[in-house]
Amino acid sequence: MYVSPIREPLITGEKTYKKITDEISAPIEGKAGKAWYAGIALTSSALLLGLAMMAYTIWEGIGTWGLNKTIGWGWGITNFVWWVGIGHAGTFISAILLLFRQKWRTSINRSAEAMTLFAVMCAGLFPLIHMGRPLLGFFVFPYPNTRDLWVNFNSPLLWDVFAISTYFSVSLLFWYVGLIPDIGTIRDRMKSKFKKAIYGFLSFGWTGSAKHWSRHETISLILAGLAAPLVLSVHSIVSSDFATSVIPGWHTTIFPPYFVSGAIFSGFAMVLTLLIITRKVLNLENYITVGHIESMNKIIIATGSIVGIAYITELFIAWYSGVEYEQYAFLNRATGPYWWAYAIMMTCNVISPQLLWFKKLRRNLVFTFILSIFINIGMWFERFVIIVTSLHRDYLPSSWSMYEPTFVEVGIFIGTLGLFFTCFLLFIRVFPVIAIAEVKSVLKSSGEKKAVTDKNESS
Amino acid sequence: MRRYISAYFEDEENLLRAAKDLREKNISIQDVLTPFPVHGLDHALGYKRSNLPTVAFICGAIGLAVAFGFQTWAFVVDYPLFIGGKPHFAIPSFIPITFEVTVLFAAFGMASAFFIVSKLGPGANNVIHDERITDDHFVIIVDLDEQGNQDENVKSILLNEEAQNIQIKEIES
Repeated sequence: MYVSPIREPLITGEKTYKKITDEISAPIEGKAGKAWYAGIALTSSALLLGLAMMAYTIWEGIGTWGLNKTIGWGWGITNFVWWVGIGHAGTFISAILLLFRQKWRTSINRSAEAMTLFAVMCAGLFPLIHMGRPLLGFFVFPYPNTRDLWVNFNSPLLWDVFAISTYFSVSLLFWYVGLIPDIGTIRDRMKSKFKKAIYGFLSFGWTGSAKHWSRHETISLILAGLAAPLVLSVHSIVSSDFATSVIPGWHTTIFPPYFVSGAIFSGFAMVLTLLIITRKVLNLENYITVGHIESMNKIIIATGSIVGIAYITELFIAWYSGVEYEQYAFLNRATGPYWWAYAIMMTCNVISPQLLWFKKLRRNLVFTFILSIFINIGMWFERFVIIVTSLHRDYLPSSWSMYEPTFVEVGIFIGTLGLFFTCFLLFIRVFPVIAIAEVKSVLKSSGEKKAVTDKNESS
Repeated sequence: MRRYISAYFEDEENLLRAAKDLREKNISIQDVLTPFPVHGLDHALGYKRSNLPTVAFICGAIGLAVAFGFQTWAFVVDYPLFIGGKPHFAIPSFIPITFEVTVLFAAFGMASAFFIVSKLGPGANNVIHDERITDDHFVIIVDLDEQGNQDENVKSILLNEEAQNIQIKEIES
């Protein structure tokens, strides 16, 4: 088998198929450590706080939030866009990188896709709570009703309903189809009858037949082809929520590509934050190597630079358009009362990722980890800046206002962080974090070579 | 009475060569079980291209027609309502939802077809040939004729590729 001498191996430590199965299944079979219990205690308390604050909001009403007549969208929608953005890395990795035949995706696609699902779950909560009466949430679907009305198909808010529910269902399907063979592996390793039965049920009766594999490969490719434009459509539609309105600062055609690259940028940052810890805690350093981290950092610098160019283009177009309102909106963004939010956004999203041009820093785990947190914060502030600064100076100066979140809004945000990390912690105990079968299929072409070629290797 | 032979390999290269040799001798391979998709195996076994992409296309086309047709019907026929001065039949506004529903139908239609034709699904009770198949063993199951004329031939091909645990089994049917 031909092995490229130039590329660094994707799987280090001279693995065999058996070793790969053993090492990736280990976290599911072993007992959870103290760190896991401590982690889940912390995240589930955050989740409980969030649930309490959500219940309080639904009981008392949206008046418990810091919103006012001028600023009708605050933390809630900021968090919604932020979470949807984070949910873009997983399907990008598994769909677009699959179409581009990037073998390094095999070690990270499973966990990144899981993060996508959890992030979209967190995102979906915000519009639901923001409705004020979530029990009537089904009003967003077109169903025959006594009012004889249909939903407004011209509204991007409705497009969002379809985009996000389709994105969630298709991502879930894609993730689960990929999981089936690995659930089969776990089923065959389980000793306890009860666990074997559960994994047997979840494995859909997977046998490993060549015919099934052939079809599985086909549908993975087609699903990737379907999911790739889907990823790009979701944040484009989210950006239309803003771009189709006539608010200066929102009404720009650059929004869809700018939001999509921002989403992939923040998504990869979150994947890095979590995987740098996961690979260490679960002893998967041979599978998620420094090379993988570097590849992700390269995507971060590409998308981060697109985001930076988008910021500067917005400023330029505001000046060049000659529209007074547009010019004021951007001047106010950078130098108005929310200048600090703009400064945080610029520093974290435009300046800090440029440090990744240095190979040393790209391959430095501590630096990457800190940077990924910076990007998460920066991208949160990007959405805050877009939403709040554009709204707080209304057309009528008498409506000008300021916005501060209440404890309730902060609590709900902390709650979704709790939900996200709780789901991830449960996921790593239940399903293999790395796609076992996919890693095996790239072992011979991209694994670290043994000193002596094994007897089965054809020259 | 049906007779078949099963054998294990530890490396996919051996399996691939054995499958090719067997097919050259016109011996029918009942099934091959592998822990991961082996590159080139479906070609070696002479599998035809799957029709699943066509299923996806048809389901997607249905989704497209349903979504676009429904939006048009609701806004043009059933309840024409002026919204923001847009025309009732506002094609560009209908595109995002049409696209999403197309993808949704195509993905779920194709995946369901995959599960149905492969007889996989929640509660599917397929025979697990060996628990090592999902780990690191490759199994080939070859059909034999009732007289046993092929036995030695098949055995020698398998042994040539370092197959282990070669077993001949008979099932009454």
